[in-house]
Formats: sequence, C-alpha cells, structure tokens
Amino acid sequence: MYNYYLTIVLAPLAAAIIAGLFGKQIRRVGAHWITILAVGLSFALSVVVLKHQLFDGGAVDNIYVYTWAVTDGLRMEVGFLVDRLTALMMVVVTFVSLTVHIYTIGYMHDDPGYQRFFSYISLFTFSMLMLVMSNNFLQLFFGWEAVGLMSYLLIGFWFKRETAIFAGLKAFLVNRVGDFGFILGIAAIVFMTNSLDYATVFASAEAVAAQNIEVISGTPWNAMTVICILLFIGAMGKSAQAPLHVWLPDSMEGPTPISALIHAATMVTAGIFMVARMSPLYELSETALAVVIVIGAITAFFMGLVGIVQNDIKRVVAYSTLSQLGYMTVALGASAYSAAIFHLMTHAFFKALLFLAAGSVIIAMHHEQDIRKMGGIRKYMPITYWTALVGTLALIGFPGTSGFFSKDLLIEAVRESHWLGQGPVYWIAYLSVLLGVFVTALYSFRMFFLVFHGKERMDAETKSHLHETPWVVTVPLVMLAIPSAIIGWYTVQPILFGNYFGDAIVVAGNHDVLAKIGEGWHGSLLLVQHAVQTPIFWLAAGGAITAWFLYLKRPDIPATIKDKLSVLYNLLDRKYYMDDLYIKGFAAGGRAFGRTLWEKGDQFLIDGVLVNGTANSVVRLAGVMRQLQTGYLYTYAFAMIIGLTMLLGWLIWLR
Amino acid sequence: MDFSQYFLSILIWLPVLGGVVLLAIGDSHAEGSGWGGTMRATALVVSALTFLISLKLYAGFDNSLATMQFVERVEWVPSLNAFYYLGVDGLSTPLILLTTFITPLVVISAWDTIKVRPAQYFAAFLILEGLMIGVFSALDGLLFYVFWEAMLVPMFLIIGVWGGEGRVYATLKFFLYTFLGSVLMLVAFIYLYRLTGSFDLFVFMDVPLGMTAQKLIFIAFLLAFAVKVPMWPVHTWLPDAHVEAPTGGSVILAAIMLKMGGYGFVRLSLPIVPDGSEYFSGLMIALSLIAIVYIGFVALMQQDMKKLIAYASIAHMGYVTLGFFLLWWLQGDSGAVLGVSGGMVQMISHGLISGALFLCVGVLYDRVHSRQIADYGGVANTMPVFAALMVLFAMANSGLPGTSGFVGEFMVIIASFKANFWFAFFAATTLVLGAAYTLWMIKRVIYGDVSNENVAMLKDLNRREFIVLGVLAVSVLLIGLWPAPLVDMMNATIEQLIERIAQSKL
Repeated sequence: MYNYYLTIVLAPLAAAIIAGLFGKQIRRVGAHWITILAVGLSFALSVVVLKHQLFDGGAVDNIYVYTWAVTDGLRMEVGFLVDRLTALMMVVVTFVSLTVHIYTIGYMHDDPGYQRFFSYISLFTFSMLMLVMSNNFLQLFFGWEAVGLMSYLLIGFWFKRETAIFAGLKAFLVNRVGDFGFILGIAAIVFMTNSLDYATVFASAEAVAAQNIEVISGTPWNAMTVICILLFIGAMGKSAQAPLHVWLPDSMEGPTPISALIHAATMVTAGIFMVARMSPLYELSETALAVVIVIGAITAFFMGLVGIVQNDIKRVVAYSTLSQLGYMTVALGASAYSAAIFHLMTHAFFKALLFLAAGSVIIAMHHEQDIRKMGGIRKYMPITYWTALVGTLALIGFPGTSGFFSKDLLIEAVRESHWLGQGPVYWIAYLSVLLGVFVTALYSFRMFFLVFHGKERMDAETKSHLHETPWVVTVPLVMLAIPSAIIGWYTVQPILFGNYFGDAIVVAGNHDVLAKIGEGWHGSLLLVQHAVQTPIFWLAAGGAITAWFLYLKRPDIPATIKDKLSVLYNLLDRKYYMDDLYIKGFAAGGRAFGRTLWEKGDQFLIDGVLVNGTANSVVRLAGVMRQLQTGYLYTYAFAMIIGLTMLLGWLIWLR
Repeated sequence: MDFSQYFLSILIWLPVLGGVVLLAIGDSHAEGSGWGGTMRATALVVSALTFLISLKLYAGFDNSLATMQFVERVEWVPSLNAFYYLGVDGLSTPLILLTTFITPLVVISAWDTIKVRPAQYFAAFLILEGLMIGVFSALDGLLFYVFWEAMLVPMFLIIGVWGGEGRVYATLKFFLYTFLGSVLMLVAFIYLYRLTGSFDLFVFMDVPLGMTAQKLIFIAFLLAFAVKVPMWPVHTWLPDAHVEAPTGGSVILAAIMLKMGGYGFVRLSLPIVPDGSEYFSGLMIALSLIAIVYIGFVALMQQDMKKLIAYASIAHMGYVTLGFFLLWWLQGDSGAVLGVSGGMVQMISHGLISGALFLCVGVLYDRVHSRQIADYGGVANTMPVFAALMVLFAMANSGLPGTSGFVGEFMVIIASFKANFWFAFFAATTLVLGAAYTLWMIKRVIYGDVSNENVAMLKDLNRREFIVLGVLAVSVLLIGLWPAPLVDMMNATIEQLIERIAQSKL
C-alpha cells in the first residue's frame, strides 16, 4: 500500500510541476492531459485504498516517509496515517478534483493562463492530500498552509483585477489569523506531550486533560480546553466560521472551478476534518465542544440569512456554503463527528455541483453573474437545469437525496445531544440548525427560480447566444449529480450507524448521540417514508414555497419588504457590517498604528532624539568648547590663573 | 599534499588574495580593453573556488562532534599571548557555508550592472568575504576583534562609493553605530585578557567571573551584537544603510553581516557570561518580542521596497535572539536546544530569503531606477518568471511551510511556548504581520494591471539573473522540505553549549 500512498500524493505534484514549469513546451493540451491523468490516477488508487480499508480488512496504516528534522528530543517527521476516515477524504478530494479538472477545459477555454491554472489546481490537490493523509501535526500544518497558499493564488488568478487580488490577500490574511491560533495549539500540544505525532498525542490525551495551563497567571485552565480551542481557531479560519468567515464570499472573485473545488468541496472542509481527526482530544473537553457548537450555530443560521439578499449567483452559493459549514461544525460540537463527515461528503458533491452549474450558467451568460439579469434559462440549458435541480434539492434536504440523509440525521443528532444540558447552548444549537432549514430552502429556491424560471430578463444580445455548454462542462455536472442524488441512500447506514470509522473517531460514552438515534434506525426507505412527519420537512417545504410565492408568483413583494424592513435589509446586505469593521477597524487601525510607531517611535524618538540628538549634542558641545579657543593670549593667561588658584586652593584645603 | 589542516586559512585568504589581485588589475585598464572580462572572470572564479573548497569543509565536518574541527593554532603576537587560532563547530560551519554560497551569487548579480570602478567593487566583496569567514572561524579574542572591525571597512566603502544619494549620512550612521558598539567589546576582551593572560575564547569560557563583572561584560557584548543584529531600539541604522547600499551590499549586509550579531551571542555572550546572560535574559526576550511586533507594524507602512525588507529583517532577527535566550525561562526540561537551533536555522534561512528579496528589488531597480512601491504595479504582466520567483520568496518571508522561512520560526514558537504562553503569542503574531507587510507589497508591485509605461517596457529576467534567483529558490525550498542536514550539523554543538551555559560561573 505504501507505494500507492506515495503515488496518490506525488502524481498531482509531478503533474503540477511539469504543467507549471514547462507549460510552453507541452502546450495547452499537454497541460490538461497530464494533470487530468495524474489526478485520475490518484482517484483510482484512492478508490483501491478505500476498498482495501472497507472490504479487504485493511489495517490502519501509520507510516513514516522521512525525517524532517530531529532536535531536542522532538522528532519532526513526514508520514501517512491511512484509516477509513482518511480513505474517505482521499476519494472525495480526488473525485471532485477530477471533475473540476475536466470542467476546467471548458471553463478556462479562452484564458491565456490555461497551463498555470491546471498547474495550480493539481498543486492544490497535492496539498489537500498531504493534509488529510498526515499522521502528525507538522505535516498537517504544512498541508493547511499549502492549501491556503493555493487558495490565495487561485482567488487572485486573474491578477489584473483589483477586486480579485484584494480578495486573495484578504483570504490569506484572515486565514493567517486562524493559523495564528492553530500554531499556538500545536505548540501547546508539544508543550504538554513533547510530540507532534498523532498516535503519541492521542495516547497521552487523558494525561493532558488532567493538567492545567496558566495562560493568565493565577487562573489555571484545563490544558485540553486550551489546546482544543486554539486548534479550533485554526479551523474557524480555514472552514470560514464566524467571525473569521469574511474571506469566503470574496473568494468568489476567483474562477468558478476553484470555487467548487477549494471553496466548497475540499479546502474549506479541512477544519471540519481536522476537528473530527482530533476527536480523541475534543472528547475530553466539553468546554471546547460548547465553543465549537455555538460558533457553528451562529455561522449556520446568520450566514444563511445573508444568502437571501445576495444577487450574485456565486455569492448566494458561497453564503450557502458558509451556512452548511456551520451545520457541520454544529455536528462536531454535538460529538456527532461521523454526521459531520457524512454531511461534509454529501455537501462536497452537491455543492461542487451547484458551483459548477452556476459556472455553466455564467459561461452561457458571457460572464454575467447577476441573477436579476437572468431568468427562464431552463429551456436553453436543459442539462444544467436538471443537474442544478438535483443539487438544489439535495441542499435543502429533499427526502431521498444525499443531503436529506446527512442533514436530517445531523439535526436529529443535535436534538438528542442532551449532554449539552438544557441550557442556552443546546437551544442555540438546535434552533439554529432547525430554522436554518427554512432559510436554506428560501435562498436556494430564490436563486433557482430567478435563474431558471420566470421572465427572461437578459438583453437580446445575450439571449441570442444562450445555449447549453459543451460536454466538458456538462459531463462533470452529471458526474456530480449522480452521487448528489443517491449516495446518501446507500452510505448512511454504514457511516452513521455501522461503526464505519472504527477507531479513527472517538466518542465518549455519554456523548454518543448517534448510537442513540441508531436504536430507532430501520433503513433508508423508512426514513424517507417518515420524512413528512418531521418539522424539518415542513420547514424546507415552507422555504421553497415562500421562494416560489415571492419570486415567481408575486415578484413585486420582495421590493416592498425591502423598503418596509430597510434596517434589517441593510444589516444583511452589509453582511452585519463585519467587513466594515475589519477593513476600517483592524486593517486601517493596524496601518495607523504602524505609521505612528514609525514616525513617532523610529523617526522622532530613536533617530531624532537619541541618535541624531546625540550627534547634535556633540556638535553643540563642541561649539561651546570652541568658544574657549579664542586665540587671545589674555584668555589663556586668565584661564591659567584660575586653574592655578583652584589647584592651589584644593591642595591647601586638603592639608 | 594534504590541505585539510589549512582549510580555514585557505577559505579566509583565498578571497582576500583574489581581491588584492583585482585591485592590482584595476579599472584603468579594465574597460575597453580585454581586461574587463578577465577581471570579472577572476572575481567569479575566486568566489566559486572558495565555495567549492567550503563544500569540502561540509563533507569533512563530523556532525557527531561537539568540539572544534579543522583547528589551526599558530603563535601570532607573542607579547600579548595572542594566537592565530581558527576552528569551526556546528554553529560556525553553516554560517561559513552561507557566506561562501552567497558571495558568488552577488558577484554574478553585479556582472554588468556596476559601471563605476567594477574591479574595486568586486575586490571589496572578495575581501569582505574572507574577513567574514575569519569572524566565523576565529577562536582568539584579538583575532576575532580584528576581523570584526576590518570587515567594516569594505562595507563602508561599498555603501560610500557605490551607494545612492544619501550614502554619506547612511555610511556615517552605519559606521558610528557599529563601531561604537564594537569598541566596548574590545574593552571586555581587554578586561578578560588582564584576568586570564590569554585571548583564547575557551579560556574566557572557563574562567570564573563575579556577577558584576558578568553583567558589565554582557552589556559590552550586547552593545556590539545588538547593533549588528540589529535589535530594537538600536536598529535605525539598518533601513538607512540598506536603502543607500548597492544591491550586492544590501545582500551581504542582510544575508551575512547581521548574522555576526546572532553568532556573537552564541559564541561569546552565552558561554562566557552565562550568569550575566541569565540576568538579562528577560530583557533580551522583551526586546526580541518588541522587534517582532513593533517592527512588524512599522514594516507595514513602508513605501520603499528596500526599507520594507530591511524592517522585515529586523523582525525576523527578533526570532533569533528570542530563541537564544529562552533557556532560563523554560518550564520543563526541554526546549533550550530547540530554541537555539531554531534561532540558528532562522539565521541561515533569513540569509537566503532576505538576500533573494534584495536581489529581486535590485532586478527591478536596474530597469526602472526606483525602489518606491508606488512606481510599480502589474509587474507580473511583463515579467512573469520574475513574478513567480518573487512571490515564492515573499511566501518564504511570510514563513510558509515548505520554505526555509518556516523552519526556524516553527521551532522558536514551539520552544517559546515551553517558556511562556505570551512569548509564543507575541512571536506568532508574525504569522499575520509578516504575511500582511510582505504580501501587501507583492499585491501593489507584482499584481494588478500594468500601471505605467516603465512597467509596460520591463523585460523579464535575463539568464544571469535567472540563475542567481533560481539557485536561491531551490535552496529555500530544499531547506524548507528537508532541514535535517542543517539541523543535524548543529545538534551536538548546541547540546554541549546548553550544558555549558546551564552551569553557573560565579
């Protein structure tokens, strides 16, 4: 298996290097073939690895590849931990990456940076695989930052566009704020265990949880709580949880294929994956879990609301992604790690599908992204229409679709998580995910109706060119629509109730909500049949019907609501003023602070007063001293007499 | 014949000799005659040969030994009991290799960009190289001091002769600042000589010293080294010197001369006055953290690319001093070695990255004759290869894992957490600040649409520039992906150093 693992990781890296450095020589066709073949190979081998884990009784592999450095008794190594959690992530990552690679041939068809783009997305795939396959915190951090780098480069791919490079910089810096916490978390782990290796750290988790760290001297905090919260700050950056979510909507400035790959299916789920991977640590700190669940709940509900007022097709999907990431985070906080990973998987398929479908519409609309200028596209683009419908139904959790299983059971798990107590934490979490269902259905179908149904609001010129996109675009849509529709039905039982993850995910006995739900589990069919009895179904239906009423039946109403509730509308439209706070507050404040330190500290105080001040004092002193050297004999004689007198006086006085 | 016993002497005097030869060839013959090519070729051959010989040093170096290797010891000034005493260990070998690696790159980068007195320019760099290797290998206090001060002269000339418009102010500031600091180091040496009757650094390390003496000696050393590093608040000479220095001068200054300060702390301060170092360690850590945070903010607001990189250097060197002085603050029994190795790796890495960034600015300056960020914008459109390399170095400067910039910072952050949460907290702010000032510059210089005619006319890297930056890029990645060879080289020496300084000398 070792050679398989190496090939899975290195094939996309090699392809990226070749396409990046020799893009001119291998030309456009060479670039896309070599990267697609490499990622295809990684996907095929990942499937083999998954099969090996599932059916051939494959053991958990924990292998070291090479030693990065050893000093002070701390071994820093590079290696792979492959278990069922890893294998699942590998398949999801490589599959979505493969579809996106193919799709890119169509989407970036006329772009001068064609080879560079393929090189970047292959390099991203390599980084993401390094992240999920790591068996230690050092490599995790490498992958973590490397995907951040690729995200930065890909958001700013069209580097002539001011908005794009600004969004790239913003994404990188906000992620760095998260990584700031993350690296402190890793340092805390090394402090407590003197190891970076997952297995060693997990083995000593109980001992760590019994100790305290005094961050503020005199106030001991549980060491595990400190570690888990610091690590989670990293996850908040990468998985765009409030208040570090602000970079994700702006990241839509990047080309659509990467919005699907990086900002929906894979990179943004790295934080979710990380927390699930660290479940042996998080299970030992209920405080940290409470923090996780509240942050997730806030993100799930409030980001969904913003999605309702967005008019850019990609931004609607982006806010939807934020909200869904919030759902996953809530599941993590409820100790339902399997549910989080399950939703991560189904979401990867249907959200990548929605992004690619949006991209397909954007191509057909000649890079128009405003949904107010679309409408009635259904009859021009049937494949895009039907696949987008599948994606939308999965997103809102229509019974039977993959999203139905993952979201329904996720909410069920939160409802059952009584170990949180009946206090505010439980209710915040449960109400957020429940009401979020209505919001999800509302913004999803608002966009769906505005784009595909109703009046055709585009100009005649665009309309005359409107037609279905080429096969390289539609084939990936179909490839993603199939799992979006059916994968939940077949995988829900093993993943949630069949102990699929084995020892990869650890849940404390009293936290095991999924086991509790599992007692009432009687198969996928029954769950679908009973869907109508749950509030979840009716909330989703209510959302969809509201969207139909407001945007198809009575399209005059939204404008009235907007006028009547302008305060609320502005609050949502300005995204709760978070961007203003960051840009005008932190960024501008940081620059003003830097300027003050530079001008008042360096230039005035150190250079002006101390350095040049000393020099000037010497000059002044020399000027004074110079006055004494008059050149007149009588001054010298006079000075001599005074000196002699003083000397004599001193001698006499001493006697 | 076996040269290995004279290895260090060859490394020191070969480039100095080469420099003298270049001065003899001179510039009067150089241009227009066949001598121009000979002169450049001589400079390149000498520096390349020095590098090749230093590779033999690397090959012959035994990582498992903590003692000095390649030792040479000859009587020098009998009346003062001073010896021509050379030797290297795990602390000095990496720095010597850095010196011999960077110098040929500087020679290549200056190949045809220096029009005024090129022979003397190359000569200055070769002589400087020999003297810097001398500093890193001297084991006799007097010899160390002589190399230390002699080094100022070629650098003074490099900035003073080939510098920019404000070079007089900058050279004066540079010279006075560093000279003032070093003179006190000489006083400390003389005191120790009076005490022991020797200039041998190992005798200095073994002699018992009272607390007052240790404190005073520490302060004397501190002034010499803090100015070189430079530490806040004696750092203001550096941005001025960098701005006025020619590209090669900036590269050597940032890549190697700053490391003299860090090297001084581990070679002299820590082992000679361990109790004095302990007494001042809190202050040192505080100054290091101020350098990281304060300078990080100052760097953010720089309009001049060279100034920005100069300020970034100060912040990065803060990690070096932070790592060196953690020993007495640790809560467990590990972390001291990690801190010192982290600081050392950071020095090597910073040498490569800051050198590369100054070369990048030099590439732009040669074409547009401006260092101002505002004069650029959209360089990626006309210089794609250059843009890719500069973004790589910028990422390394922001400490991205996989580049050398990450290795030292990671080790120091982990070590400082073992001392105190807040040390690590303030140190880690560089993750945000470092990325902010570096990438904001990149955004304004590299990305965007072509902003003016100068940028529109830019030509991408020529072969010479590509080789220099490409070699640096490879080495930055190599250390980032596999720092083990570098770290292994230092481990034994650092472990012994920590053992030594953990014992009181009172």
